[in-house]
Amino acid sequence: MKKQAAKNSDKQAQRAGRRLYAMLAIFLLSTIGLATRAVTLQVVDTEFLQNQGEARHLREIKIPATRGVIYDRNGVPLAVSTPVESVWVHPEQLLEDRSNIDSLSALLGLDADEIERKLTRRMDKEFVWLQRRLPPADAEKIRALELPGVFLQREYRRFYPSSEVSAHVLGFTNIDDIGQEGLELAYNDWLQGVPGKKRVIKDRRGRIVEDVDLIRPAQPGRSLTISLDHRLQYLAYRELMRTMQEHKAGSGTVVLLDVVTSEILAMVNSPSYNPNQSGRRGSDALRNRAVTDVVEPGSVMKPFTVAAALETGQYQPDSPVDTSPGTIEISGHTISDTHDYGLLDVTSVITKSSNVGVSKMALSMEAEHLWGSLSRFGFGKVTGSTFPGESAGVLRNFQRWHKVEQATISYGYGISTTALQLAQGFAALANDGRMRAPSFIKSANNPASSVVDPAIAAQVRQMMLTVTGPDGTGKKARIKNYQVAGKTGTSRKASAAGYDERYVSSFVGYAPASDPQMVAVVIINDPQGDSYYGGTVAGPLFSRVMAGALRLLDIPPDDFKAQLVTNTHSSGVADAP
Amino acid sequence: MRSNLIPGWVSRPRLDYPLLVALIMTSILGLLVLYSASDGNQRVVINQAVRLGVGFLALFVLSLFPPRILRSWTPWLYLLGMLLLLATAWLGEGRGANRWLDLGFLRFQPSEIMKLMVPMAVAAWLHSKLLPPNWKAITIAIIIIVAPMMLIVRQPDLGTALLVGMSGVWGIFLAGIRWRVVLAGLGFIVAAAPLLWLFMHEYQRNRVRTFINPEADPLGQGWNIIQSKIAVGSGGLSGKGWMQGTQSQLEFIPEHTTDFIFAVFAEEFGLIGVLLLLSLYIFIIGRSLYLASQARDTFSRLLCGSLALIFFVYVMVNGSMIIGILPVVGVPLPLISYGGTSIVTLLAGFGLIMSAWGHRKFIR
Repeated sequence: MKKQAAKNSDKQAQRAGRRLYAMLAIFLLSTIGLATRAVTLQVVDTEFLQNQGEARHLREIKIPATRGVIYDRNGVPLAVSTPVESVWVHPEQLLEDRSNIDSLSALLGLDADEIERKLTRRMDKEFVWLQRRLPPADAEKIRALELPGVFLQREYRRFYPSSEVSAHVLGFTNIDDIGQEGLELAYNDWLQGVPGKKRVIKDRRGRIVEDVDLIRPAQPGRSLTISLDHRLQYLAYRELMRTMQEHKAGSGTVVLLDVVTSEILAMVNSPSYNPNQSGRRGSDALRNRAVTDVVEPGSVMKPFTVAAALETGQYQPDSPVDTSPGTIEISGHTISDTHDYGLLDVTSVITKSSNVGVSKMALSMEAEHLWGSLSRFGFGKVTGSTFPGESAGVLRNFQRWHKVEQATISYGYGISTTALQLAQGFAALANDGRMRAPSFIKSANNPASSVVDPAIAAQVRQMMLTVTGPDGTGKKARIKNYQVAGKTGTSRKASAAGYDERYVSSFVGYAPASDPQMVAVVIINDPQGDSYYGGTVAGPLFSRVMAGALRLLDIPPDDFKAQLVTNTHSSGVADAP
Repeated sequence: MRSNLIPGWVSRPRLDYPLLVALIMTSILGLLVLYSASDGNQRVVINQAVRLGVGFLALFVLSLFPPRILRSWTPWLYLLGMLLLLATAWLGEGRGANRWLDLGFLRFQPSEIMKLMVPMAVAAWLHSKLLPPNWKAITIAIIIIVAPMMLIVRQPDLGTALLVGMSGVWGIFLAGIRWRVVLAGLGFIVAAAPLLWLFMHEYQRNRVRTFINPEADPLGQGWNIIQSKIAVGSGGLSGKGWMQGTQSQLEFIPEHTTDFIFAVFAEEFGLIGVLLLLSLYIFIIGRSLYLASQARDTFSRLLCGSLALIFFVYVMVNGSMIIGILPVVGVPLPLISYGGTSIVTLLAGFGLIMSAWGHRKFIR
């Protein structure tokens, strides 16, 4: 019995042993299967799967580049880029939890229902801007919430410290930091940087875990030093606003040009706008009128006509010009002066601003000569300042002139110019006939060309000096201690129905007259009230702007040495014991 | 030298040192991987180390008991396990499923304990029967297996129920039933598979669907399998290095400290690491099967065999899931996945194997 049990037990052991070997075989086979699969994945498919893995965590992202700073000629920043953060969301991820939207809306100051509706509408998208250009402090609070599907993108926002004062010249950028107007547009390629690229590791939730490598560093935009002097900008703008209010004028422009280099030291317009506030901007306020708007300049054209007349050799400054009886009839049109000035010389024609006198001089020359002379002074052509939207004005070809047109153009009707063209032309007269294209860039060193004989330029300057003299029309443009030369202009505004009882008052001049440094153009459009003459509306504004500019730039008065001598003498007397 | 306080049947420890060394090596490797998978979380690693310590203590203590004593306790232990399962059904708590029992000082899953109790009970039952067992013996063995399974399925935890069932079935299988019966059983299971589909929860069906075509919903259901395959594959031959796996460190792999820890390991240690780990497992299973074959009584032999084979099932199911051969089922990678009860019961199981080995000369 015991033996039987033992035998039985042995049999059992054998049987169980066989089972174990069978199991061992199955076990080894499955292990080999598992290992084979591992080999397939880890050796054969490894490259594909590695790429798949990298596709899930390696991302190339853009590094935003800063836009270059715009400086004024003294290095004062006029346009700077400040970092801001913009919030974008992955709608599906954010919508998963309503409470996340609530906390986000509280921080952004937006309506939670509004956000939810907006995102529900764009469920199929993976990128929706929620709010752009948040201040860094607010962005930090949002980052701290660590909401799923909410991301921040660094951007740069343009800021203009001088606000509306220099708005027209600088222009502005759009929300993507691309120049839309003014110098921001003209020099966009220069100012704009090249965004960089870097490869980063992002985890499952899209957070950047690590920077892997820099593919291309962001190239910041280059800075730009422009010709404006921010002190002169403020001065000109302040004084322009004062005149605008005094005369309740429609619009106005002041341009201040360096006579020698033709660099634009100041250029302001009214109405203006604040480029730091996005939102609706009327196109009326947006235009840089000094460059884009044309006016019939009126009498400020006379010095150029006189220069053309002197060039013919028929006239000298003291040549007689008979203006009586104060009117002249040309092919059915009557040209008249305000008074009958009788017999004048060429200089007095400028002093008194006689339309009849200058018309007679114009009619005595070939139309081609007058046209050629005015063309050389830059009328009818863009100046080459490269400002976007610059207007060329209108100077029709002489072959199509009527006789009366030859006369009216001589005193600034039937021709249109921009304020900048006038500044350029007067600068040429003030700079002994050498003309340069006006420049918005400091030290641009534009080439000079001779447009009129230096002797003739000097003669015209002598005539223009009399305008601020005792008999002149521009006495209010005078500046204490300095000699001012220039020309007043008062023109009626043209409209569809002919010429209205609305005026353009202007004064263009330079100082110091004995050694011209700066030209200023003042144009006041549609002044209201009794006073509308260039001498009375534009003249005082010219005087204030130029006086301030001369002082700020430390330009000595004409009779500086003489004054020095008198002062020394008087103090010497005072100090005597 | 023997103290009177210690019962006479307690012998000096007789451990199988090759097996013990392999278990310790695997555990240490597991701690290393866990450190990386938990993103350097020391608390997780310390917790795991404590559990391993408890497990090895259980292994040591159980190895002191001769199989005879263990067998005599088995019916009571099995009943206790069933009571705990019932208690869990009433009082249990846990995420999504009522699997956990909280005794105040201890939280554990009674279903995990049944992974030990069921094979012990089957082995003890068949021990007294003539082998191969007759139909009556087999039927009772099946009842022993199915009763706890029913309770576990209700938790609901189909995966564990199947594993518990399998741990018992190995006992019947090893007892020497005819191949015909085995094949018939397999046939029945295949035939019942569609039936099983009817009883499955929707999430379980989704897992199967996803397994068949993971790319159908790559961001949802298919995410786990796809990310895991990418992790394993991108490990290449030699791996990305410890703590360098991008898929796991960047949280692309779900459950990367528990069920999917093998993917982390494969990514960081590559094919070489995978083969090394598989070799360790092969050694552990092979050695256990060898120890089982050396056992002198039916209880020990059936129990050791069942435990070795269920360990094998764990490794296979987890590994196959990671590399996309099997659908996602909640089976941990033995000795490496983070998790308490399973580690302690696993090592306790090896304690039972050691006990059979250590006492093989004192049978009868």
